[in-house]
Amino acid sequence: MTLVHQFLENSAQKHPDKTALVFREQRLSYAEFEAQANALGHGLVELGVRRGDRVIIWRNNSVETCVAIFAALKAGAAFVVVNPTVKQEKFLFLVKNCRPSAIITDDRHLGPVLDLLPEAPAVSIGKQFLGHPLVSSYTSLISNQPTSPPPVRCIDRDLAALIYTSGSTGFPKGVMSAHYNVTAAAASITQYLQNTPEDIIINALPLAFDYGLYQLLMAFLIGGTLVLETSFAFPVQILKLMQKERVTGLPGVPSLFSMLLQLDPSLLYLPNLRYVTNTGAALPAGHIVRLRELFPQARIYSMYGQTECKRTLYLPPEELDRRPDSVGIPIPNEEVFVVDKEGNQVPPGQVGELVVRGANVMLGYWDDPQETARTFLPGPLPGERLLRSHDLFWRDEEGFLYFVGRQDDIIKSRGQKVSPKEVEAALYQIPGVAQAAVIGVRHPLWGQAIQAHIVVERGAELLDGKTIIRGCKGVLEDFMAPQEVVFHHQLPKTQSGKINYIALRRLFEPSQGSP
Amino acid sequence: MTEIRNTIRQFILDEFIYDDQGDEILTDDISLLDEGILDSLGILSIIGFLEERFGIQVADPEVIPANLGSVQAMVAYVGRKLERDA
Repeated sequence: MTLVHQFLENSAQKHPDKTALVFREQRLSYAEFEAQANALGHGLVELGVRRGDRVIIWRNNSVETCVAIFAALKAGAAFVVVNPTVKQEKFLFLVKNCRPSAIITDDRHLGPVLDLLPEAPAVSIGKQFLGHPLVSSYTSLISNQPTSPPPVRCIDRDLAALIYTSGSTGFPKGVMSAHYNVTAAAASITQYLQNTPEDIIINALPLAFDYGLYQLLMAFLIGGTLVLETSFAFPVQILKLMQKERVTGLPGVPSLFSMLLQLDPSLLYLPNLRYVTNTGAALPAGHIVRLRELFPQARIYSMYGQTECKRTLYLPPEELDRRPDSVGIPIPNEEVFVVDKEGNQVPPGQVGELVVRGANVMLGYWDDPQETARTFLPGPLPGERLLRSHDLFWRDEEGFLYFVGRQDDIIKSRGQKVSPKEVEAALYQIPGVAQAAVIGVRHPLWGQAIQAHIVVERGAELLDGKTIIRGCKGVLEDFMAPQEVVFHHQLPKTQSGKINYIALRRLFEPSQGSP
Repeated sequence: MTEIRNTIRQFILDEFIYDDQGDEILTDDISLLDEGILDSLGILSIIGFLEERFGIQVADPEVIPANLGSVQAMVAYVGRKLERDA
């Protein structure tokens, strides 16, 4: 398969009556899903969406979000799923950056969309604003449309998705995934997970997050079933749902597994569970032991990656006991190197930067040639490019890889990249903040927690941590807001007068820097 | 009940909604999870708040949308818990 929407089209042809998607009381067969995606695809073409365009989808996990992803592709466009907790200011940045030809959203976000962008056509999944000249209703857009795919030709070099991730400059970067990048990654991952059409995968991770998004894409590639939820906030209910739907695959992050392990074990009876995947941060060893006791029949995969190539490494479950600290080997059809500053490979045991070679590696960052240039190294073949992970690793004699730390100052918290500069920019907007520096400190479940160091202006001594965190949440997504605020009379400075982050990190995380 | 409602609403407005239009967005029946107002960590902090503020114990099996999915659900749930203790 070469195009991402063919995952759906192919499965709809093979088993039209099989359940593709379950969301609350809605169950859609592959044929029903395909018909709705085709109808919306035609609707988007009618609205003016053309091959090579971008379509923003600003809505939480839902049937419509999933349909819109495939409809955008069928119209020849790339989809951009935006997290529902993104705030107005950042949304405006995303829109200016990717220049969408349509925005699919709901009542909660449509007000701000119309305030900000009076020229952008919007598709409303809700009921308000339907009289607005720029707003079309999702329901009417999909009615009276052909149920066959729109006649749009595209090839696998075309853009399939923009996935925004934090950049070191403080501005989000749109990871450009071509169809061939997505198909390569999805084929590789479903291969090592040994997925079959019998798999029933639960996904409560946001579809705006590549880990959540790929659950949908991979379920459709294999012709399995996706059971969709909006979050794991109600764990008992989700566990009941997993029992009822006979879920076989559970993708999660450490904080989810930690929450599950605090529940009464009798609630965790999941006899159909075939595999569990973890990424974002390493699972504590004790959790692995308990997960195995609870789900003795399930294979446990620990994985590592970045949005730029979707996934980089996985640890084959049978290696978990022998090398609990390793994040594994390259995923199928991909290779990685550990290199020094000159780009030369270093011998086993020596620390260097991990670089990635494979069809899963992105095309670059949308409209950001500078960031793109600093992310690629020349590859072994003419014109080939290797992806720099900016992460430090070493490999053992047998080729298993071990994570050491990050090379740049990007914080990785709860599986998502957080740019200290972006958080600092939010801090400087808070009245009374004179100086701000943000660092990541080790956290047992999140990988890193976000710590803000603040000097307040004279007369603003009453400014407290809670107000500062609240101020950040007003402009940042929830996962980017600091968890802790430390007040200083002055911040450590370098000789040239800049904030000395190394000294700050050393003070607040003494163990860092010793591999 | 009005007091319970106002207390819960104020907490959600302060902690999770930062819009100027927060008051309009936060209707009593809006689904806090589906609309992306709360995530799983948000629910945990709401549970902590309800336990502390109203002196109730939220048991694991009670952490369901019928009890905590919206302002309306929380008000009814806290009301029932307090009545049982009274």
